[in-house]
Amino acid sequence: MEEALLLARAQFGLNIAFHILFPSLTIALAYFLLGFRIAYARTGDARWLATYKLWTKIFALTFAMGVVTGIVMSFQFGTNWPGFMKQVGAIAGPLLGYEVLTAFFLEATFLGVMLFGMNRVPPWVHITATALVALGTSLSAFWILALNSWMHTPAGQVWADGQWIAGDWLAVIFNPSFPYRLVHMMLASGLTASFVVAGLSAWRLLKDGADAGARRTMRAGIVAAAVLAPLQAFVGDQHGLNTLEHQPAKIAAMEALWHTEKGAPLVLFAIPNEKFKTNDYSIELPYGASLFLKHEVRGEVKGIDAFEPDRPPVAPLFFAFRAMVGIALCMIALSWFGAWITRRGRVAPRWLLWTFAGFTFAGWIATISGWIVTEIGRQPWLVTGLLRTKDAVGDISGAQLGASLTLYGLTYAGMFAAYIVVLTHMAGKGADPGAAAAGLAKATG
Amino acid sequence: MDLPLIFLFLMGVAVLAYVVLDGYDLGVGMLMPAADEAEQSVMVSSIGPFWDANETWLVLGVGILLIAFPAAYGVILGALYLPVVVMLVGLMLRGVAFEFRIKAEGWHRELWNWLFWAGSFVASFSQGVMLGRYLTAFESGFFYIAFAALVGASLCGGYVLLGATWLIAKTEGALQQKAVSWARWGLLWVALGIGLVSLATPIASETVRHKWFDFPATIPLLLLPAACAVAWLWIWKAVGRFRKGEAVHEWRPFAGAVLIFALAFLGLAYSVFPFIVIDRMTIRDAAAHPSALKVVLVGALVVLPFIVGYTIVAYRIFRGKAKAGLYD
Repeated sequence: MEEALLLARAQFGLNIAFHILFPSLTIALAYFLLGFRIAYARTGDARWLATYKLWTKIFALTFAMGVVTGIVMSFQFGTNWPGFMKQVGAIAGPLLGYEVLTAFFLEATFLGVMLFGMNRVPPWVHITATALVALGTSLSAFWILALNSWMHTPAGQVWADGQWIAGDWLAVIFNPSFPYRLVHMMLASGLTASFVVAGLSAWRLLKDGADAGARRTMRAGIVAAAVLAPLQAFVGDQHGLNTLEHQPAKIAAMEALWHTEKGAPLVLFAIPNEKFKTNDYSIELPYGASLFLKHEVRGEVKGIDAFEPDRPPVAPLFFAFRAMVGIALCMIALSWFGAWITRRGRVAPRWLLWTFAGFTFAGWIATISGWIVTEIGRQPWLVTGLLRTKDAVGDISGAQLGASLTLYGLTYAGMFAAYIVVLTHMAGKGADPGAAAAGLAKATG
Repeated sequence: MDLPLIFLFLMGVAVLAYVVLDGYDLGVGMLMPAADEAEQSVMVSSIGPFWDANETWLVLGVGILLIAFPAAYGVILGALYLPVVVMLVGLMLRGVAFEFRIKAEGWHRELWNWLFWAGSFVASFSQGVMLGRYLTAFESGFFYIAFAALVGASLCGGYVLLGATWLIAKTEGALQQKAVSWARWGLLWVALGIGLVSLATPIASETVRHKWFDFPATIPLLLLPAACAVAWLWIWKAVGRFRKGEAVHEWRPFAGAVLIFALAFLGLAYSVFPFIVIDRMTIRDAAAHPSALKVVLVGALVVLPFIVGYTIVAYRIFRGKAKAGLYD
């Protein structure tokens, strides 16, 4: 049973972590596409068209990865966690259903028009299709984050006929952590996409520094990041305070605070020791945690000991949280610095190009780290206070789970390698204004 | 209001839509090795704008099972765990291979073509296996596994027929003529498959046997195989006239293939109803809490007309013959 629970979690964790990479890029990349498309419509500049075409290809590839891994998710909700559907299915089911109905069909159908329909429909229809794809990806995020937030901070449910059902749907959807989580994730997607756009454009410029289109898209990515990164720092802080209110055990684990105390220190670095419930090699900032979390020097911060035994493991949260915040700080610094260097059409030096190329997928690492913090931070609960993870696991045998986990792992590794190779290859070749314009002329002429 | 019945109907619509829509693009995928390189590009172009949305019907079908019949979902997908995993890996491979092959050159493209074919085949075959296992209530034993494999092979034949008739409508010239001969092979395959499955199903499942040979209900039931045979002949003749170069409506073979699928689907639905897991669970045993069903039903009734509407718009935008060079 223990083994099956662990394997079920490992498999679900692998799938959902792999899946989220692609939506976290496409949600915001769709808005970049819309921007490129509108820029082309307004200027008639073939270079914007070429940029748009290049990035729709990248979008299509990423979207396909998201779709196929998402189909896996739709099967695993039930196979790995039958207890979830049994206990809270009357709430989770409709939220998932609304995601399929309002988002999946919309984005999938208009993606076809967006990708292949440019020569077949008037420009305004094509722009509308691009906008509907963006709307679809955002709606999808809305519903799935409503469900996820409800699992963290359930509200609006009533117990009836041996299961939890919705008493008040608005309270279920707009549960206490939902607004924070939604904005936090949308901004995370924005930053992920900004750094991918800037990074792949920088990669192109390293190969051909004269590519004006790539210079323009890099600048677009940098400026977007420079706006979004500080916003994200603010929203992330607010989200943290919201978590402190509703899931204080998660915060205690994130900060590796083992004991409740007044004037708690901020642990900058340590190796949390689960056995002795203490930190090894810790570097601390006195009163830091109290100051950050309570905004007063002697404020009392609850430690892990206040929540035993229902509390998450400390080390994964502590490290993942630091990875996320560390990357976020680098993103703020790099985007502001980059925006300054490339101001008013100034050419970026090669070392800056290399830096942005190196940061291409930084958003992914930060996003995955953030999800590790929030999801492991909810343990041992699947739905806080209502349903424990161990009570939701199914009776799929360890052998079947192990075999399928291996198969998924191999498939994902292959898909991911191919994805990265193709992405960097396409970006390295860059956009081709000549070919894009010729294609359009051929079709319209 | 009979909510379980309404949701069974909705699920049936979603599954049938999936089988027909993804069926033709899986079929086109399976036919790839039979075409040359230029033809392959046209074939891929013919399904390019649609395959994403086609697969979404699978998510809707599974979603309705999960939302409306959670108890049955657990039993069915628990029992079908491995074929489901194999199908998902197949669908993933072909989905990404589709994107990758467009961007690749040389042996890379060959590799993705091969994966596109293999993924399409594996996904189709395992869907048939799932159906076969489902119809025999997941009984173990050699006979039942062989039966599932037979259904798997038959479903591949059905998808090849859908794919070939789709290509008849969406292509022209030499490729269209090839599609005509593929459609003939598909028809023979389907006839053999439906025949064998119809013989084996009442042997494999006592419940189905009782449903089928329950006189006098058997007599109107015979209309289904009779209509199927008529549809089959209708396509066979249309395809024959295509071969001779006579004028036939280009969508007639595809429409006939869809009709065969719809009739076979109706037959299966009749055989299983009111069970959702044969002999174990009826739709009423498995139904979710009415509060959940009501709220989803409202959403479905509001949104589904829009989905159907813009799907039609998308098919209209991409009407006419497919050309190579999808991204130009």
